[in-house]
Amino acid sequence: MDLTLSDSERAFRDELRDWLAEHVPHTPLPSGDTREGFAAHLQWERTLADARYSVVSWPEEYGGRGAGLVEWLIFEEEYWRAGAPNRVTQNGIFLLAPTLFEYGTDEQKHRILPAMARAEYLWAQAWSEPNAGSDLASLTSRAERVDGGWKVNGQKTWCTRGAFCDGVFGLFRSDPEQARHRGLTYLMVDLHADGVTVRPVERLDGDEGFAEVFFEDVFVPDRDVIGEPHRGWYVAMATASSERGLSLRSPGRFIATADRLMALYRERGHLAADPGVRARIVDAWMRAQAYNAFTWQTVTRMRAGHDLGAAASANKVFWSELDVALHDAALELLGPLGALDEGAPDAVDDGAWMRGFEFALAGPIYAGTNQIQRNVVAERVLGLPRK
Amino acid sequence: MHFDFDDDQRAFRDAIRGILAAECPPEVVRAAYEGDRTRADRAWRALADAGTLGLLAPESTDGLALGMVDAVMLFEEAGRSALPAPFVDTVAVAVPLLAELDAARVAPIIAGGAACAALDADALLAYPAACDVALLGRGDALYAVPHPAEHCAPQTSVDRATPLAVPPDDPDAAWLVAQGPHVSDALDAAFDRGAVGTAAVLVGLAQRMLDMTAEYAKVRTQFGRPIGGFQSVKHMLADAYTAIAFARPCVARAALAIDDDEPDAILHVSTAKALASDAADRTAKLCLQAHGAIGYTTEYDLHLYMKRAWVDARRYGDAAWHRARAAELLLDGDALPARTDRLA
Repeated sequence: MDLTLSDSERAFRDELRDWLAEHVPHTPLPSGDTREGFAAHLQWERTLADARYSVVSWPEEYGGRGAGLVEWLIFEEEYWRAGAPNRVTQNGIFLLAPTLFEYGTDEQKHRILPAMARAEYLWAQAWSEPNAGSDLASLTSRAERVDGGWKVNGQKTWCTRGAFCDGVFGLFRSDPEQARHRGLTYLMVDLHADGVTVRPVERLDGDEGFAEVFFEDVFVPDRDVIGEPHRGWYVAMATASSERGLSLRSPGRFIATADRLMALYRERGHLAADPGVRARIVDAWMRAQAYNAFTWQTVTRMRAGHDLGAAASANKVFWSELDVALHDAALELLGPLGALDEGAPDAVDDGAWMRGFEFALAGPIYAGTNQIQRNVVAERVLGLPRK
Repeated sequence: MHFDFDDDQRAFRDAIRGILAAECPPEVVRAAYEGDRTRADRAWRALADAGTLGLLAPESTDGLALGMVDAVMLFEEAGRSALPAPFVDTVAVAVPLLAELDAARVAPIIAGGAACAALDADALLAYPAACDVALLGRGDALYAVPHPAEHCAPQTSVDRATPLAVPPDDPDAAWLVAQGPHVSDALDAAFDRGAVGTAAVLVGLAQRMLDMTAEYAKVRTQFGRPIGGFQSVKHMLADAYTAIAFARPCVARAALAIDDDEPDAILHVSTAKALASDAADRTAKLCLQAHGAIGYTTEYDLHLYMKRAWVDARRYGDAAWHRARAAELLLDGDALPARTDRLA
């Protein structure tokens, strides 16, 4: 075992650290899930892209640096430690791009990826429907074969930042003769196309970035199908474990939050009513370390050609509950001030802990609810029967 | 960056797993629980013959001069088998401590002797009657008590396979091995090795309980189907799996921190022992619940592993103690601890 970095990894880190120190905005940007904040975040994304830091792990021809997994971990650690803005490009970069790398045509990759890296065309996921959440295979939005493409009808919902994005990606029932996971096609749909209606939905935290999207006879050209028609489920799932496993939430985020939690205790711990809060803070800090160690182990094994497999589901349960625990502990330290939201004159850190708490509460729900993840662990890792 | 065990370490682990599967199946643990240590002693002999007792001893004392990273893999196996013997005390605590302070005492132990340790005044001795020597840490002094069973007060342990005893209050001056500031440091280091070793044992115990329970849930039927098909049971076992899966790399991380003498090793040690103790405690409860009443009997094997976990969770600092120790460093120092667990 050896945790030392190679010379090139060290050089990557040092250069990045200097760049972040110079470029990260001194005051936090307004939330990227509001219209005003989204524009500010786009500006930031373009600054990142100019320095080729927006998608470090992608090949250079698409705007990346061809960085390996360790460099990606370094990037995330330094990025979040520097207090850099949330990534409004997240859904495209971490959900759509891995699928394109695996199943996209050269034309698709060259058309879509560079614009994604430069935040010139923004992507939102469109998985869920009003009647298809955890049971995604029951979705009913449909794509009918027409000359040169597909005619799409139906509704998607809970599209993160869908109100501000340019396109969505998701699954549509293309073969009504087939049921469940068969007969679905993975489509990318331009939100500016005729027949698309986007209705913003206010999220728990008051931001309007959530959206439901209605499709009425929307034409989607063949070039926007990913993988084989009717095989969309398998195309989408091939990279789902990267979302649950590694790419969606790096340990750097939680290490940074744990550090901020300790700093908060040093400022305000003497005001805490319950000395037991110390144990809860330390427990959350330790779990962040555990997530970090687990991730290093995963990265080591992935570099040796192994796959995280269904254990990725345990990973998702762990980080999402860790994020909630970190914010629970912080809010406990704030006492009554914890209830103050962004903009309140007396809010500590401008209400960041309550906002972070609200965001953390989404973690156990999105990317497959934690109930579903526990089923996956029980059935595919422990071998328990499906019924 | 390579954070995983290598092929040599895995091969050694597999060899020890084979020995323990043959020498320490559940009936051996059960016999020890009922007071018959004949086969437990034979298992110990087999581990000594495999060279494990001198794992952390320098070559000058006929040891293997390996590190905690190598050792924790074997400790996890000992936990998986609920080996009823002072494996961590002997291998990770006593042998390297004596190698540092009085090397002449090492050879007889690694040849097949056994040692137990109580490194602070509150600690209990485990398996005193099975040991040739008990090491006592008192302030800046280390004592070696010969024939420990004759000098300590036996207690009734919840795990009958792990006899516990209170060590003598006032160690005889004739037992003094060494004294001084260097002894304090050596005792602190030995305690941390004991904590990490015990954390590894707890991971193994928890894994064994989970494995047993998953198998049981596949074959036990109620309402016409295996209970493992019910979501409530699935989710309990998934939680146990997750707790174990995230405690395990913390143990490896702490072992590496000790081997590399990292400045914040103590935080890694406390993280490992706290998470492993919590994981084993939680797993024990979930597995008992998933089993139902059969798990609540001493006729069924689950209690052997569960009770061991209850004892080991409390040795070398329980979860609350380790969180409190870490809190002093993390929350009360003058500055944030520098770069723990950063890639650097």
